[in-house]
Amino acid sequence: MTPQPRTLLDKVWDAHVMATRPDGQALLAIDRHLLHEGSFHAFGMLDHAGRPIRRPDLTFAVADHYVPSRDRQGPIPDPEIANMVSTLARNAGRHGIRHFGLDDRAQGIVHVLAPEQGLTLPGLTIVCGDSHTSTHGAFGALGFGIGATEVAHVLATQALWQRRPKTLRVGIDGVLDPHVTAKDVILAIIAVIGAGGAVGHVLEYAGSAIRGLSMEGRLTICNMSIEAGARAGMIAPDDTTFAFLEGRPYAPAGAMFDEAVAAWRQLPSDAGARFDREVTLDASAIAPTVTWGTSPETALPVTERVPDPGAESDPTKAGQMRAMLDYMGLTPGMPLESVAIDRVFIGSCTNSRIEDLRAAAGVLRGQKALVPGLVVPGSGPVRRQAESEGLDQVFREAGLEWGEPGCSMCVGINGDLVPAGERCASTTNRNFPGRQGPNARTHLMSPAMAAAAAVTGRLTDIRRLGSR
Amino acid sequence: MQPFTTLQAVAVPLAVANIDTDQILPARFLKKPRSAGYGNFLFHDERRRSEAVPLDEPAYAGAGILVTDRNFGCGSSREGAVYALVDGGIRCVIAPSFGDIFASNAAKNGLLTVTLPEEAVAALRTRLAAEPGAAVTVDLPAQTVTDPDGAAVPFEIDPFKKRCLVEGLDDVALTLEHADAIAAYEARAAAETPWRVPATVG
Repeated sequence: MTPQPRTLLDKVWDAHVMATRPDGQALLAIDRHLLHEGSFHAFGMLDHAGRPIRRPDLTFAVADHYVPSRDRQGPIPDPEIANMVSTLARNAGRHGIRHFGLDDRAQGIVHVLAPEQGLTLPGLTIVCGDSHTSTHGAFGALGFGIGATEVAHVLATQALWQRRPKTLRVGIDGVLDPHVTAKDVILAIIAVIGAGGAVGHVLEYAGSAIRGLSMEGRLTICNMSIEAGARAGMIAPDDTTFAFLEGRPYAPAGAMFDEAVAAWRQLPSDAGARFDREVTLDASAIAPTVTWGTSPETALPVTERVPDPGAESDPTKAGQMRAMLDYMGLTPGMPLESVAIDRVFIGSCTNSRIEDLRAAAGVLRGQKALVPGLVVPGSGPVRRQAESEGLDQVFREAGLEWGEPGCSMCVGINGDLVPAGERCASTTNRNFPGRQGPNARTHLMSPAMAAAAAVTGRLTDIRRLGSR
Repeated sequence: MQPFTTLQAVAVPLAVANIDTDQILPARFLKKPRSAGYGNFLFHDERRRSEAVPLDEPAYAGAGILVTDRNFGCGSSREGAVYALVDGGIRCVIAPSFGDIFASNAAKNGLLTVTLPEEAVAALRTRLAAEPGAAVTVDLPAQTVTDPDGAAVPFEIDPFKKRCLVEGLDDVALTLEHADAIAAYEARAAAETPWRVPATVG
């Protein structure tokens, strides 16, 4: 009997099922459990129930959400924020969990750090109490975000009950314009699928344009799967993946690495594997992209105009568009390139890797930013690499601040907020109302596009400005 | 967890799609201990800013149900968004679709998410907007939503999720019944795929 062709998701899923319930839910083994400061609820639940942690050796704690971007010499001034950082250290310490704290040279955003340290590997199941855990799918892992009760469940059992998700293959063939990046690609995908279009699905990104991306670009793509409603996004591992992983601290080494690569080569979806849905995009048709509204699905080529709710036939949708335009302070029909910005932010688990910083610096080299801005590298290693290449000097000379690694102004809970009413060109993942601060206005875009906006003070087509 | 059976409560129509968990619980409240009670943080900024979130209108005092639009609870995995709803008195949200992580978090905290077709939800919102303060009845064992005029609509729900909600079950205790399967699997995985275990770092 010929075996049924299987998808990448099928292969990872099947290898992790430990038990199946009559209702079809599977008890999945979890290979990596990543924690950040928000895990305090889950530790509280475990303490309350008096339960031990089953596999501290598979659990890794990273301080990223509340860590300061500036001045790490003294104590954190806000006692509530300081408490979040110290509570994680304490919970990790008492349970014997490896903790990447403020004083650790590897510290960074959990979704930047784990791949960098070789914790993220093809074929693994990876969970974290953070929706952007979808990032790790860039390696052909099944990574997804979970809530606090599920975090407590994984701490206690190293397992999760899950129903096998549906699959949606996103095929992107062709060649990207040199100024079009992974960020533009994923924004274009979300615009097609919709913010809730992939609910209940795992996305598999495939096609020549995806194969041509670096690991940094693939991480950016998978990172924003959740903004299309997909709990996870995956890309088949290949030689680009294996080359990235070799020699990483927690990755297998020597003969074990070769054995792993042999296993990883079996992971890509088989020819003829069936997906529940399929969407295709033409890579050459994707333009530098920005969002205009308060949902990532409101992504448009930067050459377009702000849409007109009057042209929308559904009155509910038209009302929702008006509410978004009102929040964003935009007028229907105005060219996106005429929108003036107050600030830029370059960072976040979406776009804070070395390639992102190189792209932004490429635009800013020898230029002055017309607006204030903050550049926050994704990790200590990224920060040191950028400094060795002189990128920090480029940013500083342009008038931007150069920060210490963490989530920073993407979510603002370390105190890095966009002031109310201000408009920020941001390389982050969410333009939700209040996301970067109460009444802050966010336009999502690539690092090069954010840098271009800094130079002109407006949303700007990077192709017009060019890299210098 | 508080068991959920039948709920008759004032229902608030929210004609907004893609309501994300940042709107339900702004991130600056995430560091609050659960014991502080999250009810005061529910839609903290949106209810002050947007007419589309009329939670403070007197007619909606004591509301227990939200009737909203597609993709409710998208975005961040923060379970605090569910705590804010539950602590704020909301025991059921009715929508055409939900963010996956939100729906999972909701079920674990006694918050029922009811998925109905887009037209049915829109009709219910219109009916509620015409009579602010009208009550809706949600019967989980019977799997029906009954509008203020007594018209009932059936809904589908995962049988296990239903059982957990109705009985208020603790997931971890149920999973630990499979401890032998977990141990056997771990032993096999360690032998067959040793590369899955993180390398030892000095």
